[in-house]
Amino acid sequence: MLLYAIRRFGLALLILIVAVTVMFLMIRAVPGDPVQIMLGPRATPELQARLTAELALDQPIWKQLLIFYGNLMQGDLGIDVFSGRSVTAIVFEQLPHTLALIFASIIWSALLGIGLGAYAAAHPNTLIDRIAAALSVSFVAAPAFVVALLSLLIFAVNLQWFPAIGAGEGFWGRLDHLVLPAFAIGLSWVGYIARLVRASMLEVMGESHIRTARAFGIHERRVVMVYALRIAILPVVTVIGVGMGFLLSSAVFAEIVFARPGLGKLVIDSITTRNYPIVMGSVLISTGLFVVSTALADLINAWLDPRARTAA
Amino acid sequence: MTDTLLEIDRLSVDYETARGDLKALREISFDVRKGEIVGIVGESGCGKSTLISSILRLTAPNTRFRQGAVRFKGQDLLQLPERKMRDLRGSDISIVFQDPMQTHNPVLSIGQQMLDIQHRSKASKAEKRARAAQMLGAVGIPDPEARLAQFPHEFSGGMRQRIAIAMALMSEPDLLIADEPTTALDATLEVQIIERLQELQQQFDCAILFISHHLGVIAELCDRVVVMYAGAVVESGEVREIFHDPKHPYTRRLIDCDPGHIKERARVLPTIPGEVPDLANLPGGCIFRDRCDQAMPRCAAEVPPLTQLKDGHHAACWLNHKEAAE
Repeated sequence: MLLYAIRRFGLALLILIVAVTVMFLMIRAVPGDPVQIMLGPRATPELQARLTAELALDQPIWKQLLIFYGNLMQGDLGIDVFSGRSVTAIVFEQLPHTLALIFASIIWSALLGIGLGAYAAAHPNTLIDRIAAALSVSFVAAPAFVVALLSLLIFAVNLQWFPAIGAGEGFWGRLDHLVLPAFAIGLSWVGYIARLVRASMLEVMGESHIRTARAFGIHERRVVMVYALRIAILPVVTVIGVGMGFLLSSAVFAEIVFARPGLGKLVIDSITTRNYPIVMGSVLISTGLFVVSTALADLINAWLDPRARTAA
Repeated sequence: MTDTLLEIDRLSVDYETARGDLKALREISFDVRKGEIVGIVGESGCGKSTLISSILRLTAPNTRFRQGAVRFKGQDLLQLPERKMRDLRGSDISIVFQDPMQTHNPVLSIGQQMLDIQHRSKASKAEKRARAAQMLGAVGIPDPEARLAQFPHEFSGGMRQRIAIAMALMSEPDLLIADEPTTALDATLEVQIIERLQELQQQFDCAILFISHHLGVIAELCDRVVVMYAGAVVESGEVREIFHDPKHPYTRRLIDCDPGHIKERARVLPTIPGEVPDLANLPGGCIFRDRCDQAMPRCAAEVPPLTQLKDGHHAACWLNHKEAAE
């Protein structure tokens, strides 16, 4: 298991390096001189030359990459063009808001989705199963921004149950502000996970070892919750791991609609102002988050399924 | 009779399907006495699996018990509430399934699964572990203590089947159902498993209901044999009787087709021509009629009853009735 973990995180690191390198090269390949964009059309040639040297843009591309990685090792993502603050500080200021939103969404949607799916699978083709299926499909079909806008209108404006915008202060305040955004971006996941768990459960429940467990008089609850669910959950863990990436993009919607601080809002604001160091830094952190979450999903699967440990 | 352990009494089971009722079992009757090994032979689709799942009442939702009873120690299992039925499974009646590669849970260790099935025992965890290791040792798994921590995929097919037998016998059941336990294994392993089963049967003194389509194994292992065809019993009796003096054409053809029985080199292996009748749309008369080379007009008109010919030897064929001579 430890060996597997080391190998898996080694792979994650490799993926991260490749992704970051490609991203770096892509940004450099974008036409237009970043110095000109930053300084505007009326900058003096001396000023342009100074900034070019400061950003090491006069160096060959491989040297730029080395400098970039050197800075990265020291936790330096560059300097914000406008405020002059460290990009690392700005990104890490916003990161907790996005992380909280993503985790809240994943947790509520996974719990409800797994519960719903497992229940539907245990009672296939009953009325409750049909209702769950209809709900799931409509949840999946609902785009996050539509749900965000509607829930904002209904629960914040009309009913006034939850605050409409911002991130709140203090633990309860933050939690209160988290409810609607997490609801909005998690809803389609509830449906998706429920469908996945139901299909996976039905497949596992038909396998011979479930019949064996029943033939030994093991209580049906234990058969479903341990013998079947532990196997049925495996594809769900993988999907959630990959889903973190999709949630990051849904978070962008939620952060804009609910005017929440966070990575998504930061990226959008930076792109509109051509603030490349911040875009680069945010994308880097998002990529890291994605790579780490898929690696974690694989580790959880390896822990749940002994066959995966030896296969890798 | 006091020594009857399991009595299947005129059991009929249907599967409800879109095509109409599939008559999977029709008026099956036979019994298993205490400490006896009874074999059930028949082609695929003859209702062997339906029979087993009916005894354990682990049937598909579309199963309908139309008539008859499954009496275990005098108690009709079909009338038992589900709770009571669950108490019997894995304690008084155990089962070894066909495919050892699929029979264990892939994500739980063998030790965990062997602990779980002792859920009725009040023993401590350590005692249960010791008991599990002892059983693994009894079926010939080397170094049982250490192997309890391993997972099913770390064992070979033969070992997994022996583990399945160890699990089934752990509760010292009165009845062990073995559903083609050697079909998925190669021939050398088959002999090993059969010998192990024989040893353990004597040690634990349980009755075995042994399902197989391998006549050699049945002849080797069983005291009595029940021959099934298309959901009905066509012949039953002592192994010696059935093999030396079969009274039903189907049994005779089955013995002729057994590769172990063929003495000469044959270019084409013998088969029984024709197909098993459609269970959803059964023809009248004898079910084997279309494939039988001795069929008479009477076979099409009336279903031959399962009649006792000698002591304990039953067959369902008109050829055994005196008037058939004319």
